[in-house]
Amino acid sequence: MSSITDYALPNPINQNRQGIIGRAVDRYEGPLKVSGTAPYAYEVKTPSPAAYGVMVGAAIGCGLVTAVDDVAAKAAPGVKLVWHIFDQPPGQGEAGAKSYVQGQAAADPVFVNPKVRYFGHPVALVVADTFENANAAAALVQVSYEEDAEAEYMFEPADARPTEQDQDSSVGEFEHAFGEAPIQLDEVYSTPIQNHCQMEPCATTAWWEDDKVVVHTSVQMLKGPQHLLAETLQIHRSNVHLMSLYVGGGFGGKGSSYEDMALAALASRSLAQPVKIALTRQQMFNATVHRPATVQRVRLGATPDGRLTALSLMAATHCARNAPFIERAAAFSRALYAAPHRLTGHRLKLLDIAVASAMRAPGEASGMMSLEAAMDELADRLGLDPIELRIRNEPDKHPESGQPYSARQLIECMQSGAESFGWSKRNPKPGQVRDGRWLVGMGMAAAIRGNFLLPAKASLKIDAEGTVRLQQGMTDIGTGSYTILAQIAAETMGVPLEKVIVEIGDSGFAPAPGSGGQFGAASAGSGALAGGMALRAKLTEMATADPASPIFGAAPEAVEFRDGLIAVENRSETLAALVSRLSPQGVEAEGSSAPAPDIRQFASYSHGAQFAEVGVDLVTGEVRLRRMLGVFACGRILNAKTAKSQITGGMIWGVGTALTETNRVDPRYGSLVSQDLGTYLAPVHADIANLDAYFLPEVDDKANPLGIKGVGEAGICGAGAAVANAVYNACGARVRDYPLTPERVLAAMGVG
Amino acid sequence: MRPFTYERAEDAAGAAKAAAEAPGAKFLAGGTNLLDLMKLEIERPTHLIDVGRLPLGQIEPTAEGGLRIGAMATNSAAASDRHVRTLYPLLSHALVSGASAQLRNKATIGGNLMQRTRCGYFYDPAKPCNKREPGAGCSALEGDARGNAIFGASDACVATHSSDMAVALSALEAKVETVTPGGSTRTIALDDLHRLPGDRPEVETDLAVGELITAVLLPPPPAGRQEYRKVRDRASYAGGLFSLALAGDRLAMGAVALKPWRARKAEAALAAGASAAEAVAAELETAQATGRNTFKITLARRVMTDALGGTLEGATVR
Repeated sequence: MSSITDYALPNPINQNRQGIIGRAVDRYEGPLKVSGTAPYAYEVKTPSPAAYGVMVGAAIGCGLVTAVDDVAAKAAPGVKLVWHIFDQPPGQGEAGAKSYVQGQAAADPVFVNPKVRYFGHPVALVVADTFENANAAAALVQVSYEEDAEAEYMFEPADARPTEQDQDSSVGEFEHAFGEAPIQLDEVYSTPIQNHCQMEPCATTAWWEDDKVVVHTSVQMLKGPQHLLAETLQIHRSNVHLMSLYVGGGFGGKGSSYEDMALAALASRSLAQPVKIALTRQQMFNATVHRPATVQRVRLGATPDGRLTALSLMAATHCARNAPFIERAAAFSRALYAAPHRLTGHRLKLLDIAVASAMRAPGEASGMMSLEAAMDELADRLGLDPIELRIRNEPDKHPESGQPYSARQLIECMQSGAESFGWSKRNPKPGQVRDGRWLVGMGMAAAIRGNFLLPAKASLKIDAEGTVRLQQGMTDIGTGSYTILAQIAAETMGVPLEKVIVEIGDSGFAPAPGSGGQFGAASAGSGALAGGMALRAKLTEMATADPASPIFGAAPEAVEFRDGLIAVENRSETLAALVSRLSPQGVEAEGSSAPAPDIRQFASYSHGAQFAEVGVDLVTGEVRLRRMLGVFACGRILNAKTAKSQITGGMIWGVGTALTETNRVDPRYGSLVSQDLGTYLAPVHADIANLDAYFLPEVDDKANPLGIKGVGEAGICGAGAAVANAVYNACGARVRDYPLTPERVLAAMGVG
Repeated sequence: MRPFTYERAEDAAGAAKAAAEAPGAKFLAGGTNLLDLMKLEIERPTHLIDVGRLPLGQIEPTAEGGLRIGAMATNSAAASDRHVRTLYPLLSHALVSGASAQLRNKATIGGNLMQRTRCGYFYDPAKPCNKREPGAGCSALEGDARGNAIFGASDACVATHSSDMAVALSALEAKVETVTPGGSTRTIALDDLHRLPGDRPEVETDLAVGELITAVLLPPPPAGRQEYRKVRDRASYAGGLFSLALAGDRLAMGAVALKPWRARKAEAALAAGASAAEAVAAELETAQATGRNTFKITLARRVMTDALGGTLEGATVR
């Protein structure tokens, strides 16, 4: 579309004639998943019996591999192959090599560098006839190391430095305005390392068909891994058929591929046999990626009536020495509240621990834990209701860029939520409500998360039975992509849902950006709409040019697609009749969508308000969630069921962020201390009581032609801060270091 | 996981005999702990003797007015048993506060007592651990110490015992019935079953090689109230940060030592007329912490004082 104004023009999605858009449609692939018949990457049936690979991780945090004794492993039962730095996989491209200039990734060969960059970094691979044999033999590989005495494992925020790629954002004169502010709040908050904890570990099944490799792997985006694999294997990318049909959770942690992918393909090539490799649960913690820790200083200057005059959020964080990444914890604060003088930015420390990378709502999930708690502290200091404080600082346009918001119902979310939650019953004075041994309190926080649109294509084909098949290189990481794409295709083509087949997760299909940054539905969905419109145009041209068609000679703009018909007023024929008459092998069209050139005219965000009620055990300092409500405005909702599931799932992450989730680095080894689901404490069912969410009616017709915005990450934003604010209201304990463990709550209550 | 051989036991005495005769043998019942440890190569049995199908699951009153719980009764079955719920509610509460519903459906009473510590360093074969490899050293001593013991630890091991049930059984003065490889039966006081680490943390119980737990014997319930309190980070499927079992005038603590810690000093002080605060102080006099686990002493003091009806510091909000 040539302009953002086109997004508001009538289209099949905003017309929604069949009412399929928005409906709480069950998951398209649900029956397959609940019956255990959806093949995840490791479970894909191979054309011939597979061999099984197990990776050996480094037992040091930083240094060099100096020797590998693989004699015992090679002699172990069933072992077919052992690879490491001294016996490398053959035929790999050089690190960084890129034969395809526009490719999304370069070669990333395995075991070609003796350097151990982090604890658990794969240093050897054992492939055997069974998983058990491979696992047993992997334990026999003896690796010698030379440890790097200069290695740095521990994050000291004072050592974090500015970076070139991420400049501070400064408006007005913050330091002066803050110094002059009648009310000053200056506090430091910290968030720990967090892990993604996907149910399905990273895994790959690979085999070769002549010079072509077929790879089933668990990733969120297809193109990058496909290109990486082609360059690593030194083959043309068209010879890499990469599939990610079902993904058991990604959350950003599968935004890139890991060593399992290239090793499975390489081992399969060497052995002329399919190979399967999965990471262990322990490797998922130490040898993939994590959300880095942050230390955030918030300074708020305000007038006594609660107008912010100065706002600053400076966040220090860390990443791996060779893999630059910034958890941009301060970025969201540039769009949330009005204040004339502002200073926000990030500081980075390079460490020799595992790679820091994106995890669900990167930036916001950490950053809102500080600013939204600080706003609660300021409200308390001013004697203002926290919602009223936020209303008084609601900007009428983006406070730094000056862009108007595409749609913003933050205040409406807060007010609707307050009404539904019973916020008026909250006693602003902490520690006033008792329920037996529990001190009970309420807290709230705002939620904001950027909304994005990326280019995407889709192909739609209709057969002689009138069945529509959508094919797209999109993924469904558990979010509901399959389902909403079926809804979009059905509504666009005017056919019932049952007449739509969705095929995604295949690198051979029309490319889409995949899942991440809550841009998936908007991007892939807009591509699907474009593909459908292209197919409609083709069918329209065929029918109106065919004397045998009842709509022969009609003007194209008068043609409608409804009830499985192609129609002009009361003249119509079924799509099946049209296709079987003129093109019995089917009709296919590809469409593509890209952000309109003027899309940056508006600032586009999902908004929401989070409300939590907690109990704090006054004896033990344990915090338990009693109820929680999120109210969101995220544009049009494509599917009431999957959207709510995304939002509430995000809120549950927020509860974990506030109360339990943390990983720590062991300073002696550089390893993460928690490496299983029994010690890394994500919330369980018993932790999540009475948690609900709803969406306010909204159409964001400046965001994309669907009028939707992302819901995948908005739910986590502010959720943890609402819980922490409820803890303060319950017991008067303001804990600024997350998570709020019993010992921290007790200490903040003044005991311990 | 290493290759192993497997046999299904015909009877308890035969199982004990077979286990004593096969070096590297382990009993398998519910498998909820052993199989996990085998997958991580922390346990490397060469032979498994499956005792899970032995007819040792009965829960029946004894002539003395107590209860006999067969070692193969599942945690769920014991927790929901009518006798347990009415006579020993403490035990029922302790059982359901452990693990998850799925694990409790599979785990046995005997296996619960024999579960190994959840110390993170024990679970990480890349790090030294005297329990896994005697003489290797203890990584937890100077490590991420939040879960470390505050009673009875040594330089060789600072782990804690992870069973909730055992803490309740300690306060209930339970006994364990076993069959020895020679085929004879003996009973051991629960408090004598588990050992403190000393310089041999790899030796965890007083059971002889091959000796098999066949039942837990409960004396008649003590007069007075019974209560189990468990402090934990999340509401389910989490090891205790501290727990307290109270049965009449008896007290036992969990997550503080490598065995259930019977609070005999506190009991004695109370019997001698001390206040709750004095009794708790007497018990905690020997507690030792190293920073990150100091809060366990705080929790012990607060939970015990509260359970004994004492006044708590900070119980009113500032």
